[in-house]
Amino acid sequence: MSQPSPASAFLALLRRDFLLAFRRRAELLQPLVFLLVVVTLFPLGVGPSPQLLSTIAPGVIWIAALLASVLSLDSLFRSDFEDGTLEQMVLSGQPLSLIALSRMLSHWLLTGLPIVVLAPFLAMLMNLPDAGVLILVKSLLIGTPILSLIGAIGAALIVSLKRGGQLLSLLVFPLFVPLLILATSAVGSAVTGLPFDGQLGLMLAYLVASLTLAPFATAVALKLSLS
Amino acid sequence: MLAITDLSFERYFEPVFEPLSFSVGESELVLVTGANGSGKTTLLQLLAGLLTAAEGHISAQQPALYAGHKVAIKDDLSVLENIRFMLQFMGRRDSAPGSEQELIEAVGLASVAGQHGRTLSAGQRKRCAMARLWFCDEKLWLLDEPYSNLDQDGTALLNNILQQHLQAGGACVMASHGSLKPQGIDFKEIELKSARHLVGAA
Repeated sequence: MSQPSPASAFLALLRRDFLLAFRRRAELLQPLVFLLVVVTLFPLGVGPSPQLLSTIAPGVIWIAALLASVLSLDSLFRSDFEDGTLEQMVLSGQPLSLIALSRMLSHWLLTGLPIVVLAPFLAMLMNLPDAGVLILVKSLLIGTPILSLIGAIGAALIVSLKRGGQLLSLLVFPLFVPLLILATSAVGSAVTGLPFDGQLGLMLAYLVASLTLAPFATAVALKLSLS
Repeated sequence: MLAITDLSFERYFEPVFEPLSFSVGESELVLVTGANGSGKTTLLQLLAGLLTAAEGHISAQQPALYAGHKVAIKDDLSVLENIRFMLQFMGRRDSAPGSEQELIEAVGLASVAGQHGRTLSAGQRKRCAMARLWFCDEKLWLLDEPYSNLDQDGTALLNNILQQHLQAGGACVMASHGSLKPQGIDFKEIELKSARHLVGAA
């Protein structure tokens, strides 16, 4: 036996990432606490009028989710880059796009999925009408993987910079604009009783496009960062 | 196994070392020496394929094992978990020790197998990274300052596995700044000269 199959390398990396995340539980909670804090600050800032809150709820929750996700993206490849693991992964002969996909999947499972689970509670805090809650959860379920996938391209590009956090937001936020518009419009339509399938359909198309292209773009970006 | 012709590398449009040609055959150890900053690490990274040469040609028939200054040990994983991940991710050769435990004993880390990476000393981290030499499949090894931080016992361990590797037909290119040289193994020495004076002339 010489080299493990790409599938078993993929699983080994996923297992390692979960073990590492478990060892650094505090870091794992940071994006969620951030999300919670941002959403609770809004009623204090704009006033507690239920009418106003329910109008801005989809936008506030989505922007907070976006920020929380990008906040944790900065470290996606950083520690592997700094301790030399990334070099070894590139040289291991395993497909780099698969390595990237594994990191994206673990990022979504550890950051995106908890946001989706937390969403109904956030909706309650923001007084979002019941008709919109399910659509909010659906839009986050489709949208948060896109945040991890597209965000990873940016994270791979800035990995060799010491402080790339702000640059990362500049790089990836423009790509998240269509997502934000579609998602908030879908939730808004659901609240007012209008059809919302079109927006969700377009989001799904965006998800498929990024799922098929982002791993390869990330692999190229990682190679660039290493040389 | 590896032949290099007129190899040069440029950083910010300035050459790092003088154009270089040499070859490495089976069972051969090549020691690259040179002052600090003469480009030893750069050369090894070029040979590994991490960097792209400005000019010249590298012919390598197979992937190489590259062990650089960065040891690729995770601070939050124990020695055992680190080695387990390496095995699962990179695979092993058939003659490698069977279990992770045997590998850890081979590099002399049995007493700290459960300790996390962050609590290890520099030498212990080096030994942990060295474990790859016991199970890797690659015929060509590129070792960057392999003796740094290692104690006498660790140096002997490294020399031992290196000798086995060379006897089995493997090859090795090793970078060292001169004071630490492999003992008891024949090697061919190549001195790397910084190309800084060329920059001044141009």
